[in-house]
Amino acid sequence: MPRESDLPKIVAVNTDEGEPGTFKDREIVEQDPHQVIEGVLIAAYAIGASRAYVYIRGEFFLGVKRWIKAIADAYEAGFLGKDILGSGFNLDMSVHRGAGAYICGEETAMLESLEGKRGEPRQKPPYPASVGLFGLPTLVQNIETLACIPHIIQRGPSWFAGIGTAESKGPKIFSISGHVNRPGNYELPLGISLSDIIFGYAGGIPGGRHLKAVIPGGASTPFLRGDQVNVPMSFEGLAEAGSALGTGGIIVMDESTCIVEAVRRLSKFFAHESCGHCTPCRIGSWRIYEILERVEKGEGHSGDIDLLLDLVDGIDGHTYCPMGSALVNPVRSAIQHFRPEFEYHLTHKSCLVNGVK
Amino acid sequence: MADSDRLENSPIIANPQKQTKLLAALYLAQEEYGWLNPEAIEHVADRLGLSPGQVRSTASFYSMFNLEPQGEYRIQVCEGLSCYLAGGAETIIDYLAHLLNIQPGETTADGKFSLEVVQCIAACGSAPAMRVNDELYENLTLERIALIIRELEGGSP
Repeated sequence: MPRESDLPKIVAVNTDEGEPGTFKDREIVEQDPHQVIEGVLIAAYAIGASRAYVYIRGEFFLGVKRWIKAIADAYEAGFLGKDILGSGFNLDMSVHRGAGAYICGEETAMLESLEGKRGEPRQKPPYPASVGLFGLPTLVQNIETLACIPHIIQRGPSWFAGIGTAESKGPKIFSISGHVNRPGNYELPLGISLSDIIFGYAGGIPGGRHLKAVIPGGASTPFLRGDQVNVPMSFEGLAEAGSALGTGGIIVMDESTCIVEAVRRLSKFFAHESCGHCTPCRIGSWRIYEILERVEKGEGHSGDIDLLLDLVDGIDGHTYCPMGSALVNPVRSAIQHFRPEFEYHLTHKSCLVNGVK
Repeated sequence: MADSDRLENSPIIANPQKQTKLLAALYLAQEEYGWLNPEAIEHVADRLGLSPGQVRSTASFYSMFNLEPQGEYRIQVCEGLSCYLAGGAETIIDYLAHLLNIQPGETTADGKFSLEVVQCIAACGSAPAMRVNDELYENLTLERIALIIRELEGGSP
């Protein structure tokens, strides 16, 4: 935040989680809003803000209800409003519902949406910290980050930094879904092995089937092969393995999964959720989806794999916001790790895993 | 440091664009009119001092605003990767289409049910999942879906 500015400052809380495989924010929103309210209070105090906006994903019906009540309770108890607990510090907070647009999880799209507009990302710079909501300096933070703050203030930074690895500090909520016996959210230290989460906490794969592939950090992170899961779930560990920590949303696929179908499904999500602002994302994502659809159905053309890679190169880094390039990761990595499966679809007009389609 | 008086008096906040209230107003109008028909759009535009075009522009961006009439029960089935891996998605969509005798995107003749296919609904850990109006149904089986539909056929919202 610019120190020299005397414009009023704002805290905007991002709870617009909507990426396949990621469902941690929903649990925080529904189960413990007060922990986050406390985090927002501390953040607002630190930057000198007296207004906070909480943007919650429209589909979190229960979460929205609980937040409205939690904020009312906090006002009642004197934790929000004017002269909080006699400190002279003021903070007003309100809840704002999104309305079903994945892109609004991008910080500037979220600010547009808070202003009542189409959720199309803004050009950066200027960053929200200097020109944010209503043009005012705005601190945008995810709800999971804000939920950590009260604990850090209470127990001290060295306690927090003592969890995790040297480069990835603190705890992280990992959402795990797909082919595991105990899907759900697990709060664990950063750096824990992916294999321990899958085979330990989540109880392994049903029916004794073999692990085929994992997406370790939500739909926009690159696939890992089943033999790559002895990897630490940290920023540096996953980067070294060719993937990314992303949201920590782990999607597990066993040997019965057709990778072409998995990527087709992910690409449909990204095509559907493109905000339409820029061409590489708006057109590129649908082209990728259409090609994967025909390859999966056994109607692909020879050269489709190279066409996919070419499209991916045309999108990567050429979109208006980072979300436009998110689709690149699953498509490119799936072809890199499972190319024979794509080729099988093309030459046999059927699926390697599920037989004739 | 900014206190809330200063915030209220800031030229930007004291006259925030009326548009800021648009999403909340659209939710209210949708509840009132059932869907965002031209009359509802006009109503919102009038109240906020915006043009109907501006209101429609924002409304059409967001999937939760209905610019077409919907059934009394709007059934939304997730086709995301995790729901698919958990045995949901098409299995559930096909079953509901058969049960209600409509295709995704359609509404039953009596206006009771509409069937929609949607992307992720943040229930990957309790997949497969679907939503009926603002109720989320998780860990679905076909038997449970049949029960849910039977219950909704009998009851009122």
